[in-house]
Amino acid sequence: MKKATILLLAFSAGFSIMCFQLLGGRMLAPYFGSSVYVWGSIITVFMLALSIGYLSGGKFSLYKPNLIRYGGIFVSAALTLLPTIFFSESIFEFVFQRIEDPRYGSLVASTLIFLVPSIIMGMIAPYSVRILTVSADSSGHTAGFLYFVSTMGSAIGTILTSFYLVLWLEVNQILWLTFSTLFIAGCLAWIVSSIDKNAAQPSVA
Amino acid sequence: MKKILLMVLAASVTWTVNAKEIVKERSIYRNVVIVEEGDLRCMRFETRRRQITNQACMDMTDSNRLVFEYAHGALAAYAINPQPKRILVLGLGGGTLSNVLHELSPEAEIVNVDIDPVVVKLAKQYFDYREDERVTSEIKDGRVYVKRAMLKKEKFDWIILDAFNGDYIPEHLMTREFLTEVKSLLNEGGVLSANTFSNSLLYDYESVTYQNVFGKLHIFKAPTKGNRVIFACNCDFEKFPEFDQQLAQRVKKYGVDLAKVWSRISDRVDWNTDSQILTDQYSPANLLKQQN
Repeated sequence: MKKATILLLAFSAGFSIMCFQLLGGRMLAPYFGSSVYVWGSIITVFMLALSIGYLSGGKFSLYKPNLIRYGGIFVSAALTLLPTIFFSESIFEFVFQRIEDPRYGSLVASTLIFLVPSIIMGMIAPYSVRILTVSADSSGHTAGFLYFVSTMGSAIGTILTSFYLVLWLEVNQILWLTFSTLFIAGCLAWIVSSIDKNAAQPSVA
Repeated sequence: MKKILLMVLAASVTWTVNAKEIVKERSIYRNVVIVEEGDLRCMRFETRRRQITNQACMDMTDSNRLVFEYAHGALAAYAINPQPKRILVLGLGGGTLSNVLHELSPEAEIVNVDIDPVVVKLAKQYFDYREDERVTSEIKDGRVYVKRAMLKKEKFDWIILDAFNGDYIPEHLMTREFLTEVKSLLNEGGVLSANTFSNSLLYDYESVTYQNVFGKLHIFKAPTKGNRVIFACNCDFEKFPEFDQQLAQRVKKYGVDLAKVWSRISDRVDWNTDSQILTDQYSPANLLKQQN
């Protein structure tokens, strides 16, 4: 049960991050255009954020790793999406009025809006490896399988968003969908954690 | 009938086979090629697709002749606003239209905006696109240019939207927010003419979006290609102006049959008015274009 939950959560994290990244292009276009360098800015910021996320997620996993904290990462990621939903337009407008060059404008704007949520989403991968790993021997296998699942999630998030979701929904509605996915994932981790505890207690007694 | 079809098919095949590539230049977006066939020289974006769209074409024996039907249509805007002082063109192509406008309105200031520096360079080299103190080019995304121009409180008498020839539609240039920004750049009595599509599901969505922002629209439909020109105005636009004999004489030398243009302008609402309006939040133009 715990293993299946973690895999499902890793899948949703992979799904959410690519969904978010693709929407980034749409959100920036009205202010900075849709030139290659706008996509360059977005991908740079996401990659930078993921690398910081992997590093800090790994560090965080050294410190009493458990499902409660794991769920906490998801819920925090969801909450940091809220400023994107409510304030991205005014922040983009602010940057647009101050930076004339759309290359640096889009880079600064992406940093302000996308960096923090993607750092937190990046923390999920190493933390998942830590709570799923049972022995050093199998750690490579566990990590490999987790990357498989979460990258599959990314692939599906990408195709679903770019082929269908943008046709069915508005950008903010898709962002709310991503928010809900992450939020529910976090709550699921908490629920499984409490079920696990309850199941564990009688056997102790 | 079958014979005619075969002939047309054969002609279009020869066109692609015989078109001689003169030059190919790489830009950050794509490869831009110049091809020649017969008297025509055209600019294209390199593609492996069978259907080729020319970005611009010039008659080498008469460089001022407007080759594209939609460009003929666009000139009808002169009837709405006969003496534009400032003209903004979003999407340069070969610059032929800019040259013609410069001749027709020598006193007007013309700003041509194009995202691709290579297009501007090739327009100068191969299409005789002329810049001077009144005609300038800006290398920018159209939306970015419009937003900056708003900040500077600039105004135009005629805005020409011509950024939709490519295989990929810039979706952020199709939304209600964008058109509202464009409208705010128009002087009292200023005109917008937009060269866009007249097929696919996008037709309905795009039409309701323009209607939402500008109200009354008049539309020129090109006789053979799937193009149309939408006319909108920052004025009372219930009726399209009467056919203008003087204007017809002035544009004749560019190969424009203005009477024919007039006969194809209509204010008939032939789209589904319940279609969804395109916004910055919802603008799947490229996906809609593939659906019929």
